[in-house]
Amino acid sequence: MANAPDLMAESAVLAEAPDPMRPRLFRIAKFTHNTHDTFTVALEDLETGAGIGFRPGQFNMVYLYGVGEIPISISGDPQDRSVVIHTTRAVGTVTKAMRSMRKGDTLGLRGPYGVPWPVDRARGRDVVIVAGGIGLAPLRPVLYHCLAHRNEMNKLVLLYGTRSPVDILYREELESWRARFDLDVYVSVDRGMEGWHGNVGFVSTLIAKAPFDAGNTTAYLCGPEVMMRVCATELIKRGVPDHELFVSMERNMKCGIGFCGHCQLGPVFICKDGPVFPYPRMRNLLSPWEL
Amino acid sequence: MDDLTRILKGLPFFEGFADEHLALLVGCARNERATAGSFLFREGQDATTFYLIREGSVSLNIHAPGQGPLIVQTVSENEPLGWSWLFPPYTWHFDARVEQDARMVVFDGLCLRTKCDKDPVFGYELIKRFSRIMTQRIEALSFQLMDVYGERS
Ligand SMILES: Cc1cc2nc3c(=O)[nH]c(=O)nc-3n(C[C@H](O)[C@H](O)[C@H](O)COP(=O)(O)OP(=O)(O)OC[C@H]3O[C@@H](n4cnc5c(N)ncnc54)[C@H](O)[C@@H]3O)c2cc1C
Ligand code: FES
Repeated sequence: MANAPDLMAESAVLAEAPDPMRPRLFRIAKFTHNTHDTFTVALEDLETGAGIGFRPGQFNMVYLYGVGEIPISISGDPQDRSVVIHTTRAVGTVTKAMRSMRKGDTLGLRGPYGVPWPVDRARGRDVVIVAGGIGLAPLRPVLYHCLAHRNEMNKLVLLYGTRSPVDILYREELESWRARFDLDVYVSVDRGMEGWHGNVGFVSTLIAKAPFDAGNTTAYLCGPEVMMRVCATELIKRGVPDHELFVSMERNMKCGIGFCGHCQLGPVFICKDGPVFPYPRMRNLLSPWEL
Repeated sequence: MDDLTRILKGLPFFEGFADEHLALLVGCARNERATAGSFLFREGQDATTFYLIREGSVSLNIHAPGQGPLIVQTVSENEPLGWSWLFPPYTWHFDARVEQDARMVVFDGLCLRTKCDKDPVFGYELIKRFSRIMTQRIEALSFQLMDVYGERS
């Protein structure tokens, strides 16, 4: 009997382990409208009054009672554990319901989940961050990380593309980043209008203009798949090694922790093997484009 | 080497151009400046020139009925602007508005076309470069039209 498993002790441990499918309650401490269809919530744990630790690129499963549960990346500063920040674009049932919430309302969170951006890889290298549309939100923690460890890397470049000037996310922050001497920020919109004096053109056209040493660059890309594919191709054309490119993938999710198979893409589960992947692993899985 | 030759030699657009071809280009080129808010050309005007922007930026605008001008592209440092001088009916299809004070090299289209006809190797080198730019621009415009940041349908 000496080697028999202690079933009583094991079941006691299991009973105490938190149920990975049960959300924790968070209160909206701050609600900000960013653009006509995007908004940011700062959340505090109802029990602790604080946020959670996370690594850039990780996401939470956000649960709205009676509506549904969706994956949303954490878009705050990984150094700041006082709140959890999510920036969301209202596109459908859950995200639109979330947009109608207000300060003081509660929602559920599970996480943080997923493979983060490999930010340590950037040490001693140039860093190029390429974001499209709401894709800037999952990349903002990378930028915060890089700025907090600025002396560890060489050039730091942000290339951001979006639909039109009214869709520009984090406008004020972009302005303050642009004013820094240690960060090159390029913004381009697909459609310009009167009063817009910045770049107009697909975000990929910024790659040839930006100053970085391609052979010694690590690049992080997030946005629509077509955009990531086109930009990855341009970066490789400029000389960035393909294994130095990282992309963040999106698929609908249910469990968020590798149980249900809902997020399967080819041989991988986006929730547990990703959402961040080395580009060579995703090259043939990203949506193709034909011209 | 005169100033203009040195400037053209340093522009990526003319990378790999033979010296004798650069000399042909210089014969048709001049330096110019334009201030923000001015127009280099307007839709429907004769297209007699092309531009290589050295500093500043220029936007290309189209007018959709019932709407204000829509900016479809901006051209900035080291980029060429305009290929309508190459093909009949030699008219501009856009307005080109200077967004940030610009310095540029301006090429006389008729002068260049005449030299292209006389020296087909020179003409081929020039057309090769414009074809590459046109392909890139059409590709970028297609992605802009795809509205990739719109809602998934
Ligand atoms: C790992 C991960 C991280 C994510 N991070 C973020 C984030 O930080 N911010 C954010 O806003 N979103 C993010 N998303 C996307 C987000 O999960 C979806 O937008 C959300 O699930 C949509 O749910 P819904 O109920 O509102 O829409 P649904 O009711 O499910 O869909 C309604 C309509 O919206 C369309 N739609 C659904 N998703 C998207 C989308 N992503 N883009 C455009 N149209 C869409 C559908 O095709 C459908 O037409 C992330 C997704 C993943 C997998
Ligand atoms: S969402 Fe369930 S396995 Fe990924």
